[in-house]
Amino acid sequence: MLAIKTENLSFTYAGSRVPALRNISIEIKEGEFVLIIGPTGCGKSTLVRTFNGLIPHFYRGEMEGRVIVYGVDTRESKVSDLSRYIGMVFQDPENQLVTLTVEQEVAFGPENLGLSKGDIKRRVEYSLRTMKIEHLKFRVPFELSSGEQQKVAVASILSMYPRVLILDEPTAHMDPLSAYEFIQSLKTLNDEGKTIVIVEHRIDFIAPFATKVIVMNNGEVVDEGEPREVFSRGIIERIGLMPPRASIIFKALLKNSAWNKIPLSIEELLDTLSELISY
Amino acid sequence: MEALKVEDLWFRYEGGEWVLKGISMKVSMGEDLAIVGANGAGKTTLIKHFNGLLKPMKGRVLVLGKDTRKHSVAELSKIVGIVFQNPLHMFFSNTVWEEIAFSLRNFNFPEEVIEKRVRKTLSILGLEGMEDRSPFTLSGGEMRRLALACVLVYDPDIIIMDEPTVGQDPLQKEILAEIIKMLKLQGKTIIVISHDVDFISENFSRIVVMSKGQILADGKTDEIMYDTKILREANLVEPIIAKIMIEIERRFGRVGGRPLRTFDAIRVIRSLVRPVGGE
Repeated sequence: MLAIKTENLSFTYAGSRVPALRNISIEIKEGEFVLIIGPTGCGKSTLVRTFNGLIPHFYRGEMEGRVIVYGVDTRESKVSDLSRYIGMVFQDPENQLVTLTVEQEVAFGPENLGLSKGDIKRRVEYSLRTMKIEHLKFRVPFELSSGEQQKVAVASILSMYPRVLILDEPTAHMDPLSAYEFIQSLKTLNDEGKTIVIVEHRIDFIAPFATKVIVMNNGEVVDEGEPREVFSRGIIERIGLMPPRASIIFKALLKNSAWNKIPLSIEELLDTLSELISY
Repeated sequence: MEALKVEDLWFRYEGGEWVLKGISMKVSMGEDLAIVGANGAGKTTLIKHFNGLLKPMKGRVLVLGKDTRKHSVAELSKIVGIVFQNPLHMFFSNTVWEEIAFSLRNFNFPEEVIEKRVRKTLSILGLEGMEDRSPFTLSGGEMRRLALACVLVYDPDIIIMDEPTVGQDPLQKEILAEIIKMLKLQGKTIIVISHDVDFISENFSRIVVMSKGQILADGKTDEIMYDTKILREANLVEPIIAKIMIEIERRFGRVGGRPLRTFDAIRVIRSLVRPVGGE
């Protein structure tokens, strides 16, 4: 089933002469784990803001083409209706946290849907359990580490039971260990069937989990496909990005290898090496 | 003479717990080092002592032999330039040119010197053509370069950057690495705070690991970045390259050296691999 589809989508912010998005047509299927990469200013954040209707409903500008979310044109739908399908997590969790305890924070969305007490409780418990933050239930969000805060932000989105989770550079302010654990928790969500769309620079951490990579440059999609395919093609190097280091090392050792053999993770690289290194 | 000397430094904010608990370290002129550690370890509090923004409650900090308790921030700022994490917090001028010229005007430099230095700094940081724009209209990457320009323009001996790679794409990090290389050649003392283990392991020769207000380890980059135990204690993970090499050693038993750059890792791995064909 198609979760998100864009058709010849272009967008120019009000006051700007340069389009932020140019003629983008992509499809995201339910259950996929999509990694969006590209240089700063290439339009990644703008693109994901069209997925939940923030564009064109909140950001002013000129939009052409269409964005279809579960069969509904975002132009003809309210952001609050779209939030039932699409949950969005931003770079800076502090801007997203509004209440005094983690429990209230996670209950905030469902309460606004007017659900029963029992339903709200179930949703809060599910979300805290999924993000492994039950122990933070009664803590004050502002006193948590940034990694913990980001997990709370995700939990407070999960409690809306969205079918797609969109994350825009969620680990930017995290220390490496927190980032690593956070990305692991996204993998778990994806295994449970949640569609994940993530904008990230930490390609090494995420590539092994992604089912699809979308590469953007200057407002356009310049490449897309399975991670191994994209990282073997050499397009991302030309726009100043790097494939996962495991892929770089492999390509340097075995120049003419088939793309579907390119390793994405350290484990995969080691498996390849074990065939090459003599004991 | 040392660029910086920290002797048994203790500090806490009013009414709070001790943030720094007996820090002692020396930094020689021309050294480059990175301070790493989990969020809340005390890194930013420590560097605020290096230009006298904060004064020790116990112990002392010497900057080129000057005791920070006996000299004003204005005086120390001529020696130590700090680029803080969020550039938006430090801009206040109407144009990029005025922002960069501000410190020189404050130090009462003659107009022709100001003109010359601002122009040179704009060119070093690739900000030419933006001199008449408002700092607030720049992109995130440009703002960070402007913040660095404001410090480099008055030519301090010691340059400190707090999380310079946050939100930067690989190409921008490459530009930053080039600037750091150039500053090293000029004999500057460079200190960064960073979570970006991959970036610092490729660009800095000494690492200071902080945890809970104390120095946990202080040593050469390859020693620290291959020390899983110490990294974990500071909520860090190994750089991807170190991780790959550690895994190779664990599986295959022998690895020569501790490479930090992808290129060097490929060289080491190639020496382990028996000759193979193209595929």
